[in-house]
Amino acid sequence: MSRGGLIRYFLRRFAMAVPLLLIISFGVFALIHAAPGDPVRALLGTRPARPETIAAIRERFNLDDPFLVQYGKWLWRVLHGDLGRAIRGDQLITRAIGDRLGLTIYLTLYSTAIILGLGIALGAMAAFRRGSRLDRIVVMLGVFGVSSPSFVTGIFLLYFFGVVLGLFPTFGAGHGFLDRAWHLTLPALALALSVMAIVVKITRASVIEELGKDYVAFGRARGLGSARIIFAYLLRNALIPVVTAAGLVIVGVVAGAIYVEVTFALPGLGSLIVDAVQNRDIPMIQGTTLFLSAFVIVVHLLIDIVYVLIDPRIRYGRVEA
Amino acid sequence: MSVPIDLSALPSARVAASGRRGTSLLIHAAVFIVGLVVICAALGPAIAPGSPDTQRLLVGDALPSAEFWAGTDLLGRDVLSRTIVGARTALVGPIIVAAGAFAIATLLGLLAGYLGGLVDTVVMRWVDFMFALPGPLVAIVVVGVVGGGYWTAVAVLVALFVPADTRIVRSAVLAQRPLPYIEAARTLGISKARILFVHILPNVLPIVCAYVVLDFAFALVNLAGLSFLGLGVQPGTADWGRMLFENRNILFSNPVALLLPALMIILTAGSINLIGDWVYERFSAQ
Repeated sequence: MSRGGLIRYFLRRFAMAVPLLLIISFGVFALIHAAPGDPVRALLGTRPARPETIAAIRERFNLDDPFLVQYGKWLWRVLHGDLGRAIRGDQLITRAIGDRLGLTIYLTLYSTAIILGLGIALGAMAAFRRGSRLDRIVVMLGVFGVSSPSFVTGIFLLYFFGVVLGLFPTFGAGHGFLDRAWHLTLPALALALSVMAIVVKITRASVIEELGKDYVAFGRARGLGSARIIFAYLLRNALIPVVTAAGLVIVGVVAGAIYVEVTFALPGLGSLIVDAVQNRDIPMIQGTTLFLSAFVIVVHLLIDIVYVLIDPRIRYGRVEA
Repeated sequence: MSVPIDLSALPSARVAASGRRGTSLLIHAAVFIVGLVVICAALGPAIAPGSPDTQRLLVGDALPSAEFWAGTDLLGRDVLSRTIVGARTALVGPIIVAAGAFAIATLLGLLAGYLGGLVDTVVMRWVDFMFALPGPLVAIVVVGVVGGGYWTAVAVLVALFVPADTRIVRSAVLAQRPLPYIEAARTLGISKARILFVHILPNVLPIVCAYVVLDFAFALVNLAGLSFLGLGVQPGTADWGRMLFENRNILFSNPVALLLPALMIILTAGSINLIGDWVYERFSAQ
């Protein structure tokens, strides 16, 4: 495919993300009116219902305007980076997100590293020794991994490694890079396990398929070493389906992080959302939800672009497929 | 043997189980566990050793004893009885989610796959849109803001599960459409509705059934998750996810109060997944 075609593809892909973001922002905005009862009451929270407070709320959220005008004004402010203030604590929502973001990024990256490293290694090893005891154990773990949500895995890890063996801390997020890694090992592992099961399954199936192909037999016949065949040829082909599943991994990790942060009482973005939901702090829910959804969509977009760039078969003319 | 990887089927993408040995034993174990949970759900309070709701504030969160085999929670309620009774919300919601998603997805998938054109475009654009959403986040926010607890959660999960199932039904329908028997039926002037529901539907049902089983396992985990965040069932309900929420601070004093419901969630969902995989293999082998 020509360079122009590539740019057209990126533009079209980008053009698809914008309406998606608009629809999501509309849904997020509509949450004010989705809460049961009067929106003013919902936005008032636990504050006393003084007339001036109510007037301020009506003013701030433009509640006297028609619905679509309210949305327009709200979106305008959001586009300027103004997500408003939380009902509880009157904190700037952008600041609250900024304070919590570091931990969530650390946790999700740590977890993604485990998912890709361990997941691909286990899947490939199981495929190479197909039918062996190792393979059966990996397949079994896969079935139960998919069925074990991160909050359940987290409780088991917390109990056995934190309480019984005392190897890892049971609370806190740690200070500094290494201490934080030590504190976040159990959460990252809990987060990784259920998503990893998918990566293991895909890698295993894909490696098994590649092992049966002619180029592997040919390489062997030419006397190439196993390591060369595996790393130089086989894995490069076998990992394409894994890259395709990257979007799924991202959604799994981001959504799982919400549960893991609650399980391990970590002050991240996920627990911020859950706290906001439990307290019905609508502006905070709107801000955090919008932020996280936008993040997921942008990552999806990046993955699609990277995917086109790394797979020459797609780059050279099969984008339409 | 190569295994096709169908990404539309994720997160239930599956791989044919390797090694026949041990498979049937596992299936038997899985059926046994699910059977046990079904019995608990059906009989609940009748077979529980005690009342699940009786509070014994003086006892508090105690370790397992001869009287309470799984100990008690903060309010002194019997953990074992609560776990047994909790099987009910663990099964009822997921059954409704799986059945609801199945019914809607089958209808949408049949129409989109067979009619094609504008109907197909609209349905599939909607499916693409739903796939781009971070589903679990949507569930947390909608259930949290709208309120209504368990039944809102069930409704939201149906809406979130329909897209994946629709894709599967549609591709199964697309595989059937060019086959001679459909062409013959069309030549005979049989109505579209009759072709869809009398001729195509029975042929796509088996594959859809396998996915419904997996939907069930997934719904169980998701509903438990919402209850774990305090958003699903009403406070006080004996429910596995809710038990994890209520007992999260007594991991040191009575770990069984957390580990038992957690184990039940994994065992039940895992067994159902195993059965689903097995059903799928049976049907795809035919």
